[in-house]
Amino acid sequence: MISVENLSKRYGRHQAVDDVSFRCEPGTVTGFLGPNGAGKSTTLRMICGLTPPTTGRATAAGRPYRDLENPGREIGVLLDASAQHAGRTGREALGVAAHTMGLGRREVAARLELVGLDSAAAKRRVRAYSLGMRQRLGLALALLGDPRVLILDEPANGLDPEGIFWMRGLLRDFADRGGTVLLSSHLLREVEAVADRLVVIGGGRVVAQGDKTELLAGNGTLVRARDAEALRHALETAGLAARDTADGLLVPAETGTVGQAAADAGVALTELRPAGGGLEQLFLTLTAESTKEAGK
Amino acid sequence: MTTTTAPHASHVAPAPRAGVRRPSLLRLTAVELRKLADTRAGLWLLIIIGLTTAVIVTLQLGYAEDAEQTFVNFFVPSLLPVGVLLPVLGILSITAEWSQRTALVTYALVPRRERVVGAKLAAVVVATLASVVISLAVAAAGTLVAGVTGGAGRWELGGALLLHSLVFQLVNVLMGVGFGLLLLNTPLAIVTYLLLPTVWSIVGGLVPALQRAAGWLDTGRTMEPLLSDSMTGEQWGRLGVSLLLWVVVPLALGLVRTLRREVA
Repeated sequence: MISVENLSKRYGRHQAVDDVSFRCEPGTVTGFLGPNGAGKSTTLRMICGLTPPTTGRATAAGRPYRDLENPGREIGVLLDASAQHAGRTGREALGVAAHTMGLGRREVAARLELVGLDSAAAKRRVRAYSLGMRQRLGLALALLGDPRVLILDEPANGLDPEGIFWMRGLLRDFADRGGTVLLSSHLLREVEAVADRLVVIGGGRVVAQGDKTELLAGNGTLVRARDAEALRHALETAGLAARDTADGLLVPAETGTVGQAAADAGVALTELRPAGGGLEQLFLTLTAESTKEAGK
Repeated sequence: MTTTTAPHASHVAPAPRAGVRRPSLLRLTAVELRKLADTRAGLWLLIIIGLTTAVIVTLQLGYAEDAEQTFVNFFVPSLLPVGVLLPVLGILSITAEWSQRTALVTYALVPRRERVVGAKLAAVVVATLASVVISLAVAAAGTLVAGVTGGAGRWELGGALLLHSLVFQLVNVLMGVGFGLLLLNTPLAIVTYLLLPTVWSIVGGLVPALQRAAGWLDTGRTMEPLLSDSMTGEQWGRLGVSLLLWVVVPLALGLVRTLRREVA
């Protein structure tokens, strides 16, 4: 479990993180979303005791991170896959961590196998690793101590599509077995596939949080028919308000209700789908703003 | 090794996991020793330190006068190059965490950073003791060979000189670690470590007003008597004062800096 309470971080005049609060419960994957520079990494570092917060507090596995006796055995952390000594072999990088945590070679071998780094890859120095291999090594490191909580910063970066698919399965399975996962990304689509809950951050503030389906749904149904007039009439008859949009008619009702109304009137539909939620629009706005800021 | 089964049930405030204990300082020291040698840079530095000792003794066997080929004369000169290289190892042990960004992993696994710093200090002290043992072993080999090839081959080594040699090497390496901790940057720490005392010696020699102070603060001067077998109380006093400035202050300030620094 992770609990973040009113966490803020200020660098000089720049407010990097501003009064952020959220909780991650066991058995769930929480997607921590925001454009680049929104304060995701700073928040994750504060949870892990690597960056001192200006105000607020965070606990992981029930206690402030710095008070954990042997954090690697309770919380698996991957904040930056490139933060490995280039001159160490992959196996040795895990070996050093295992030694620190009081684990043996068996755990190292098991995690290397789990993340798909074969013995040839494990013997190579990290300098020669691709970003995707470094991510796999970082995941192996995070999973090494058999933790109950995972904190991962942009773990899909550099993974190929097959790797991303594999990682989703791994995280889903981890959460289904009662683990807690907090996973950051700047891509909505990437976390949408695996997260149960979303926390969206922009300009250092939480702008939305809650259940993924709730956040993504919400805004009704988009419907289209070849005979638009007949459709409009059918909806009116069913007592459903409809509004014209570039994508078709927007109806503030479930897809099922709209489809039934069309069927009752015998109108053939060409399209029927949930309208993109408010979240998607919100996220696009946030990303556009941060791009503008970066361009200044 | 302990095996634990994860209590996966969800509850509000999970108790610390059974069987999860804080890694001991002994374990952390072993980890830091391992990290001194498990990278190419570290391993080669250790090999070069060993080779240098051997080369110095070999050169003396070839070129020193027979009467001077004694155990002490093999041992003492072999300390000097090692005394320059070991601190580089100490500096790397501290600064590589930041330049290679492994601090992100190290301090996530051991959030009490002072324990990591303590373990690093212990590890370089162990490495230093090992280097003195190697110097002794190589000097012994040199003395044996000298005995056969017509050198003096005398075996005397005063206990005081041995102690002084240990202090000499430990001071060198701890000064390096202090600069590493304070500057947290590999090239800056190495250059400062090598240059600053020399610059200070030159300035202290040139400016008359500083000459008195230099006698107490210039480690080049205060450490010199360590390579002989007798030291007076005043010489120990001067050594102590200079070490306060060049070892204790950098270590203390560096520790504070390391504890406060943001790891990114």
